[in-house]
Amino acid sequence: MIFEYIGVKEIQGSLIVLDEVECPSFEEMVEIRLDNGTKRSGRIIRLEGDRAVIQVFEGTKGISLVNTRTVLKGKPMELSLAPEILGRVFNGVGEPIDALGKIYPTEKNNINGTPINPVSRVYPKNYISTGVSSIDTLITLIRGQKLPIFSGSGMKHNELAVQIVRQANITDSEEANFCVVFAAMGVKNDIADYFRRSFEESGVLEKVVMFINLANDPIIERILTPRCALTAAEYLAFKHNMHVLVIMTDMTAYAEACREFSSSNGEIPGRKGFPGYLYSDLASLYERAGMIKGSGGSVTQIPILTMPNDDITHPVPDLTGYITEGQIVLDRTLDSSGIYPPVSVLPSLSRLMKDGIGAGYTREDHSALSNQLFASYAKVQDVRSLASVIGEEELSSSDKKLLEFGKRFENEFVKQGFNENRTLEQSLSLGWKLLSSLPKSELDRVDNDMLAKYYSEDTAEN
Amino acid sequence: MECENAVFGINGPVIKVKGKTNLSMMEMVYVGNERLAGEVIRLDDSMTTIQVYEETTGLRPGDPVYATGEQLSLLLGPGILDNIFDGIGRPLKEIEERCGAFISRGASVSSLSAEREWDVTVTAKVGDTLSGGAVYATCPETTIITHKCIVPPNICGVVKYAKPSGKYKIHDTVVTLTDQNGNDIDLTLCRQWPIRISRPIAERLYANAPLITGQRIIDTLFPVAKGGTAAIPGGFGTGKTMTQHQLAKWCDADIIVYVGCGERGNEMSQVLEEFSALIDPKSGRPITDRTVLIANTSNMPVAAREASIYTGITMAEYYRDMGYHVAIMADSTSRWAEALREISGRLEEMPAEEGFPAYLPSRLSEFYERAGLVRTLNGATGSITIIGAVSPQGSDFSEPVTQNTKRFTRCFWALDKSLAYARHYPAINWLTSYSEYGADLNKWYNDNVGEDFTKLRDRLSLILQEEAKLMEIVKLIGEDVLPDDQKLVITMAKVIRVGFLQQNAFHKDDTFVPLEKQLKMMRAIIYLNRAAKSAIAAGVSLSAIISAGLFDKLTRIKYDVPNDQMDLIDKYPAEIDEAIASLRAQ
Repeated sequence: MIFEYIGVKEIQGSLIVLDEVECPSFEEMVEIRLDNGTKRSGRIIRLEGDRAVIQVFEGTKGISLVNTRTVLKGKPMELSLAPEILGRVFNGVGEPIDALGKIYPTEKNNINGTPINPVSRVYPKNYISTGVSSIDTLITLIRGQKLPIFSGSGMKHNELAVQIVRQANITDSEEANFCVVFAAMGVKNDIADYFRRSFEESGVLEKVVMFINLANDPIIERILTPRCALTAAEYLAFKHNMHVLVIMTDMTAYAEACREFSSSNGEIPGRKGFPGYLYSDLASLYERAGMIKGSGGSVTQIPILTMPNDDITHPVPDLTGYITEGQIVLDRTLDSSGIYPPVSVLPSLSRLMKDGIGAGYTREDHSALSNQLFASYAKVQDVRSLASVIGEEELSSSDKKLLEFGKRFENEFVKQGFNENRTLEQSLSLGWKLLSSLPKSELDRVDNDMLAKYYSEDTAEN
Repeated sequence: MECENAVFGINGPVIKVKGKTNLSMMEMVYVGNERLAGEVIRLDDSMTTIQVYEETTGLRPGDPVYATGEQLSLLLGPGILDNIFDGIGRPLKEIEERCGAFISRGASVSSLSAEREWDVTVTAKVGDTLSGGAVYATCPETTIITHKCIVPPNICGVVKYAKPSGKYKIHDTVVTLTDQNGNDIDLTLCRQWPIRISRPIAERLYANAPLITGQRIIDTLFPVAKGGTAAIPGGFGTGKTMTQHQLAKWCDADIIVYVGCGERGNEMSQVLEEFSALIDPKSGRPITDRTVLIANTSNMPVAAREASIYTGITMAEYYRDMGYHVAIMADSTSRWAEALREISGRLEEMPAEEGFPAYLPSRLSEFYERAGLVRTLNGATGSITIIGAVSPQGSDFSEPVTQNTKRFTRCFWALDKSLAYARHYPAINWLTSYSEYGADLNKWYNDNVGEDFTKLRDRLSLILQEEAKLMEIVKLIGEDVLPDDQKLVITMAKVIRVGFLQQNAFHKDDTFVPLEKQLKMMRAIIYLNRAAKSAIAAGVSLSAIISAGLFDKLTRIKYDVPNDQMDLIDKYPAEIDEAIASLRAQ
């Protein structure tokens, strides 16, 4: 028997409270019909006997204590899935918004997913060539990795993400198995549009599934958007053996939606007002990247987040960094001096690259070269701070060389064109060319065999 | 199992049962028709609160709550080693066989295989009097570890029957005791133990031997004793997990318990893969033979995260009681503390600092105090060394988890962001780290490694301290203006930093360095320091010594001298003398 509950007991923020509910279940979906004929959906988030607290996705605007009829759907939130979702555009809760009609599902999956058994995971080792020197050489992206971009408002993270999507060589050969799932959370309309146009221009649009929650869409939907996107990604990866690249932007807006919801729910806040469970919550998204035994597909995540006030210790980048397998940090000084992509290499890191590079994967010298570039560039920072005190003129000759190296590293290695696709070979050679401008004795991370093979003093003068 | 209790309220992992119940505090319960595991965490006469270790989606008010009458406990017996468990001790390989690649709920699987047969040697004889801790049977659990079945601590009696040695399963009775009251007690190969209660010991001993890790900065500068406690705090990307992995791979404990508490799933699969491929040089067997893994990845239920630490330490205590030296790596205790915070928030408890519950320090101290070198009930010596990683929020060491951990651990290996940025690993900062075991272990080092070991170590850290002071000046005026003897300090410190403290985990000789080689390296470095100092005093310029290549040579000892030919280092002093003598002659 289906009960309809007329009216509600209490309304608070995006929550409504129903009393005397027959047999509700935790996280069950509900449908709310307003007297004016519009429909809203919601989810039970707390139960106390026959009292149910329901979170309304579209918000409670216009709901009064008497004008609603609520029906319990008897199941948790599910996403309709079929191979035809490729090329389609959905809203934050997985309903099509591109006027191409309904999805006829071959299966429906709970959007919360279930954790992958660590025993069943395949340890990711295949690198993805992105054509961006700084990423390929120093922060190598691995298939099945979750590698966020830490950015700030106004920096070129969207361009970088588009460039990665366009140039990423994610599959070994069969290009057909590649697809992109794009989740926009609380982004401006023109950014969502930018991504759509870019996908179209690079001809991948029919391989993209988009989940769009714009900045003025309801915040509760924003909490569901990445979950829908990842459910779709898991379906494509593990049911249809596709290599899925998931772009999620902007995680900060997502976390702020969590905070807004948490405070309206009366929960005890943790740091900066964010809920105490933000770590677990973010992990339940990021951990859905990976590969499993018995399936040829993979889920690779590139979440994008904007650091409020460029502060990397803000809870969102901080917790993200603890969960993800590294990070690509963008830097405002580089950005404003016209260097694209403005990757700040020192705080950037890829945790999985150590096992995915070197002989047999990329090239034998890759690991030593990247270590040396990191170490030398770290020294450049010390020299720069010294130079700002005593002036460049007073520096020792080896320090001057370092300074020159730093400048060239940023302008030749990090900087590259938006449409420039460098092969790994090119990037590595460029790295050696720059290192060759430093005296051999400064290179303490590479052994003598490699120096003999790749170090060439004469390039120093070119 | 009768059921009188029904679910009333549901809020995330916290379940409420209305009315006065017969449940007891910390009792294990099963919730709902899927029988999700849970634990009673609060009782009053109107409401019982339960935390559930699995996802609660789909539970309904009115669903049954089954009592078990027992606390959350763990089945201990042969089969723990070379295995991987979730936070409440369920074997993940078996769950995979049953549910596939994704963990579904309510998977009730026994931690140990009931079917596997063990080659048991029964050591107890009829008429023997056995008390708690006594060994009554042994069996080879893996090729390197002999499992000893020990009488539970609270039992004492005379052996009535003893089965002959042979093949038995874990639930087979091998020995029957008669206690003082004439009751028969059957002893099988396994037994339950509540995870939140520490197993009793005879007495604590003074920890005076180091846990040898093969990591130079740890063994030499900041050693940890067998039975000691150490904390590794560090922001993300500073190498906490790498350091923990290195210790788990190379330290000289008999048994390793590795708790992945709220960390990455891919990391656990890496551990599984790497550890089974890695051969322990001492035994010639894969190191998984001495390792047990507990995995609660960050997307697995948060309540089980809180339990995972206790599951790990209970297994460690069990092997300690057999007389083994156990090292437990907890990565990361901050996630555990956050799980406490999350549950506490759901219980609407009054928060203390940064939302953490007020009982955070007492829970941390309870955990770390379960470490120690002890005499067990059967007179053997065993130890538990706890090495806990801490992930401070915003890399700020003043936050509550780091600060409280600092109070209860005696080693502090502070990982440093700027070292990690320069890819200097292990990124342990030598100025802010400390070990309180230094003095306790001096005698051991001087007796067992070399009588000059501690003296050399003190010289080494003195040079590093001096460098830190000089760098303050260098930052202001540059290095060029310093006199040669001060430049020497900076150059020597660089040799120590790059040649000694920095260690390459991916290099076959450098990933593990025996203490003897560490000693010889220190000797060579200090020898060069002395020789260069007197040469400079005699008027040789530092740049001449640098261009003679001596510093570079010393920096490369770690790669140039293989671990099995470390006598090569003994020739370095002569070469140094020769080079310096020729410089003086010029």
